Amino acid sequence: MILKGKAWKFGDSISTDLICPGRYFHLRSNLPELAKHVLEDADQDFASKMAEGDFVVAGNNFGLGSSREHAPTIIKLAGVSAVLAKSFARIFYRNAINVGLPLLECDTDKIEQDDEIAIDLATGTIHNRTKGIELKAHPLPKAMLNILNDGGLLAHIEKHGDFRLD
Amino acid sequence: MGKTLAEKILSEKSGQDAHAGDIVIASVDVAAFQDGTGPLGVRQLQKMHLEKVRAPKSILFIDHAAPSPRKELSNDHMLLRAFSKKTGALLSEVGDGVIHQRLVESHAKPGDVVIGADSHTCTSGALGAFATGMGSTDVAIGMAMGKTWLKVPETFRVEVKGDFPPGVYSKDLVLYLIGMLGADGATYKALEFGGRAIEKMSMEARFVLSNMAVEAGAKTGLIASDRKTKEYLRLRGRIRDWRLLRPDKDAKYERVIEIDASKLVPQIAFPHTVDNTRSVTEAKGVKVNQVFLGTCTNGRIEDLKIAARILRGRQRAPDTRLVVVPASREVYLSAMKSGLLEVFVRAGGIVMGPGCGPCVGVHQGVLGDGEVCLSTANRNFRGRMGNPEGFVYLASPATAAYSAINGEISDPREFFSKGKRKTIRKTVKKGKKR
Repeated sequence: MILKGKAWKFGDSISTDLICPGRYFHLRSNLPELAKHVLEDADQDFASKMAEGDFVVAGNNFGLGSSREHAPTIIKLAGVSAVLAKSFARIFYRNAINVGLPLLECDTDKIEQDDEIAIDLATGTIHNRTKGIELKAHPLPKAMLNILNDGGLLAHIEKHGDFRLD
Repeated sequence: MGKTLAEKILSEKSGQDAHAGDIVIASVDVAAFQDGTGPLGVRQLQKMHLEKVRAPKSILFIDHAAPSPRKELSNDHMLLRAFSKKTGALLSEVGDGVIHQRLVESHAKPGDVVIGADSHTCTSGALGAFATGMGSTDVAIGMAMGKTWLKVPETFRVEVKGDFPPGVYSKDLVLYLIGMLGADGATYKALEFGGRAIEKMSMEARFVLSNMAVEAGAKTGLIASDRKTKEYLRLRGRIRDWRLLRPDKDAKYERVIEIDASKLVPQIAFPHTVDNTRSVTEAKGVKVNQVFLGTCTNGRIEDLKIAARILRGRQRAPDTRLVVVPASREVYLSAMKSGLLEVFVRAGGIVMGPGCGPCVGVHQGVLGDGEVCLSTANRNFRGRMGNPEGFVYLASPATAAYSAINGEISDPREFFSKGKRKTIRKTVKKGKKR
């Protein structure tokens, strides 16, 4: 599947507090409403200006902090098709795969705000169409690829009745 | 080949000879939700019609918004209570305390696998449990199936020697370590704390180290069980939960980090990342609007005792609010009986009920625009305490208490040097006369 969209550039250390602020704690059972505030404390305009299919592109340690699965869930719900970063925090990484949000670990210095990007998820190839550069993402570990391909952890367990990781 | 604590526990719980890098399916002893992550987890289980809990201990903690400040959260709490009634999952109610403190007091034990939908679940690692934070869906599946998948982590051994100088605590040690490693310096790794300084440390001080392992990106923060662990469990009527659990002498570590506690100074994590740590001397003079003493990091009885020792007979600075939140009912009762709560109230502070308090920015001390909070919690991310225009600094309970008196970030070592103690007393007396 080829994903196409525009890059929204963020810096290093984008915490789950920046993605899904604690002051909206009361909206956690109202995900569509919570999604309107996605990444609000990192970029106030992001949620209102991004278009369906766009990418979040960040630096190191994206998603550090709390275990709130609401963070990758509202990124996905807002219409973001994948998150690209130099590295991801562990719990966020696992959560994103569990909820079916694709993550790509790559050299994001080669992508700037508003660049047009096309991604082939099967091969992990990232084409920066604005700059005419091709980037390669680190492949997902096998266990996580199995879960992502099944559509997330719930679908994985429903399909197999158990963990099928190898 | 010898095994680390993480490898030992995950071998036992997966029934295979597990080494770093292996993917294992491990049985789960404790699966826990809190009120911020539980409703999503419960809905995932309902979607799958998996409404039986198979983890030996499945527990729902109402602590983040307790008591509820809004109707939406009251409804979330109702969902958790109904799930508990239906499935037999244990419920920890409003006023019982913070998930991680309640887990170490009553549930987690050496050798357990503990999964919790809260990143600071690693706290139970100080009891010798493989305890790690996950998201709602992972914990829901673990609760329903009684097992989870894990990659066995490589381990960083943190070897600590030497005696802590007066005014320097395990919080300062762990802030120093996180500053050294960076917020992603131990991503996917287990931290294993050991050495003479750790052996001499109280369980309460050890919990601080394990609690903050995740702030360096680590999966868990383990400590071998020993006599201190045994005594901690015995005092809570849990002697049967005790067992000796140590890493093998020839365990293979990816990295060994040596720290001499006697050379440490009080640390401050500056806004807005936990690894932005500096010596307290570099923060001296930063005006503080609110001091927050509490949380799963430093809201235990030992922390309250240290703070009360500094605050006894003194007053908070006029422009500095003091918010105290004991981490659990046990801590609250103990602080009540020993008169500590009175010390805080007389010092001009407010004592709230057990729970997470203002740490997550939901209630009980949200910061105003531009305001500074000096907190004993584990996180200072932008927006953490409910306002992206607020500034959160992290420190030990001693630094927090001493700074509350002065109204600005202050070095608690001054309190412990005798000459200076007299100076503070004089200032307080002068203040009374005015």
